[in-house]
Amino acid sequence: MSAVLELTSVVKEYPGAPPIRALAGVDLRVERGEFVAIVGPSGSGKTTLMNVIGALQRPTTGTVKIDGVATSSLSDSRLSAVRGRRIGFVFQQFHLIEGMSAMENVADGLLYAAVSRRQRLRRAAEMLAAVGLADRATHRPGKLSGGERQRVAIARALIADPAIVLADEPTGNLDSANGAAIMSLLQQLNADGRTIVLITHDRDLAQALRQVTMRDGCIVADSTVVAT
Amino acid sequence: MTELVSPARSRLRPADGVRVGFVGLRTRPLRTLLTALGIAIGIASMISVVGISASSRADLLAEIDSLGTGLLRAAPGQSMFGDQSTLPETAKRTAGRIGPVTAAAGLTYTTATVRRSPYVDAGITGGIAVMAVDSNLLDTVRGSLASGRFLNQTSPDVPVVVLGADAAARLGITSLDRHPRVWITGGDGHGEWFAVIGIAAKTPLAPELDSAAMIGYGVADELYDTTASPSTLFVRADPDRVPDVRAVLARTVNPQSPNEVDISRPSDALEARAKTDAALRNLLLALGAVALLVGGVGITNVMVISVLERRAEIGVRRALGASRRHILTQFLAEAGLLSVLGGVAGCTLGAVVTAVYANSRGWVVDVPIAALAGGAGVALAVGLLAGVSPAIRAARLDPAEAIRPV
Repeated sequence: MSAVLELTSVVKEYPGAPPIRALAGVDLRVERGEFVAIVGPSGSGKTTLMNVIGALQRPTTGTVKIDGVATSSLSDSRLSAVRGRRIGFVFQQFHLIEGMSAMENVADGLLYAAVSRRQRLRRAAEMLAAVGLADRATHRPGKLSGGERQRVAIARALIADPAIVLADEPTGNLDSANGAAIMSLLQQLNADGRTIVLITHDRDLAQALRQVTMRDGCIVADSTVVAT
Repeated sequence: MTELVSPARSRLRPADGVRVGFVGLRTRPLRTLLTALGIAIGIASMISVVGISASSRADLLAEIDSLGTGLLRAAPGQSMFGDQSTLPETAKRTAGRIGPVTAAAGLTYTTATVRRSPYVDAGITGGIAVMAVDSNLLDTVRGSLASGRFLNQTSPDVPVVVLGADAAARLGITSLDRHPRVWITGGDGHGEWFAVIGIAAKTPLAPELDSAAMIGYGVADELYDTTASPSTLFVRADPDRVPDVRAVLARTVNPQSPNEVDISRPSDALEARAKTDAALRNLLLALGAVALLVGGVGITNVMVISVLERRAEIGVRRALGASRRHILTQFLAEAGLLSVLGGVAGCTLGAVVTAVYANSRGWVVDVPIAALAGGAGVALAVGLLAGVSPAIRAARLDPAEAIRPV
């Protein structure tokens, strides 16, 4: 198996006096097809780790390789392309764009990859069908339930066929039934070969997954559990 | 294993950039309309100012065209000692001998006054001048008759009168159906009834005729001792040769003292009017520009608010692969579309205002295409300029910060 994500001695400091060290030398390797849960209490550096993994922030020192690409020296445009094509984001707040239909929201996952609109919409229809929302294609996000919105967001995350799906508390705004449905959808995707990195403070969600536990900016435990 | 291949750049198709900007506007229709309205008002006022002044100018030029620029006016000036001088009685005849001159006609002020009847107080003259005129005067100044006929070769000695447009109105004579007469009294108090045989239309090249009661030289001489020395001489010449005629006219009509003759070209006054409108137009244009500026500030204001409100969207778009430049493009496109919307609405409104106003004044409607194109272009420029600062703010947002709920 090849590493799809490779962090080596990653340090992230935020300016201040003294500087705030959010990540204090993190080494992490995620293989293709893994389902990893990054867990830890708030303030442990989970969010910063997600930002670094998602190429939303660059580390202060250390190297990050996403799908084989080292992000440290990339221009804004190339780094943005890494986010757009190799990482699929799923957020707690769904972050769908109002004023566009579910299908257009999904299609925007390919907007910055110079794919023609016709192709984007065709792919979006396929992705919506894959998450079971074919009949909701023309609905605005405001007309969808929380669970449906998160499915749309997942469809958007998948449309560019990313190397990693990065899910930040994807069930945080959902009731337990919808949360369970989203988790099983993610598990389904993982079973189909997707690499998934889940950031959560909820250890129950992380059961039966490889758990990377963060505390004070360091990884304090990394338990690989073989799924049954 | 290290992959040495440099990853691709993020790319946004231009059409998609415009489309993304459009989505932002579509999401908040009322705000979009109100903001565009600011620009529309500015552009509409500028277009209508340009359009109305162009229409007025076109009308004036058409008038100058129909009246011709070949008319010269010679009037006695002041003598060396400051006295009012006169033109010699031969002036008309000698002026007619100048080669390019096609017509010459004179008028002479009399001391007579005109009234509706002898019962009207003699002091009430209505500011109407009684003048003896040549029968070819109206043709020479390209005037026309509102009704009736002008004096002709057979009528200089009979008591008939043609009233100027204003004079007729002041005397309350609007039609000739009931054969109106007017009472004309000489300086010695002797009066006579005159039949009104014609009412002239306005004569832009000889405005003094508008408030005149015109009678023949013969009857003027007989009743009021009017001299044949013209107070004003109108000379029509081939328009191309006007400078030549002008050069010799004074010397021709008054060889003894040519410097006592004032020569002017009545059409110059109309042309000057077409030009003086420009000063007022520039002032109004400046006012329109202020309105446009206020509209531009409105766009900036709305865009700044929009950027604040849409932090999350900006963050998501960055996560979806938008580079800083793409975010910049999106917000510039939004500002640009907003202003083009306003600009197109403003151009339409301005053209409509111009058409309605010009029609109400009976002018030719002339909305210059250049003004419309310029209006749309200026609107776009204002919008882009107004959008620059908010767009830069949006592009500079840290994606990780933007995505987090506030």
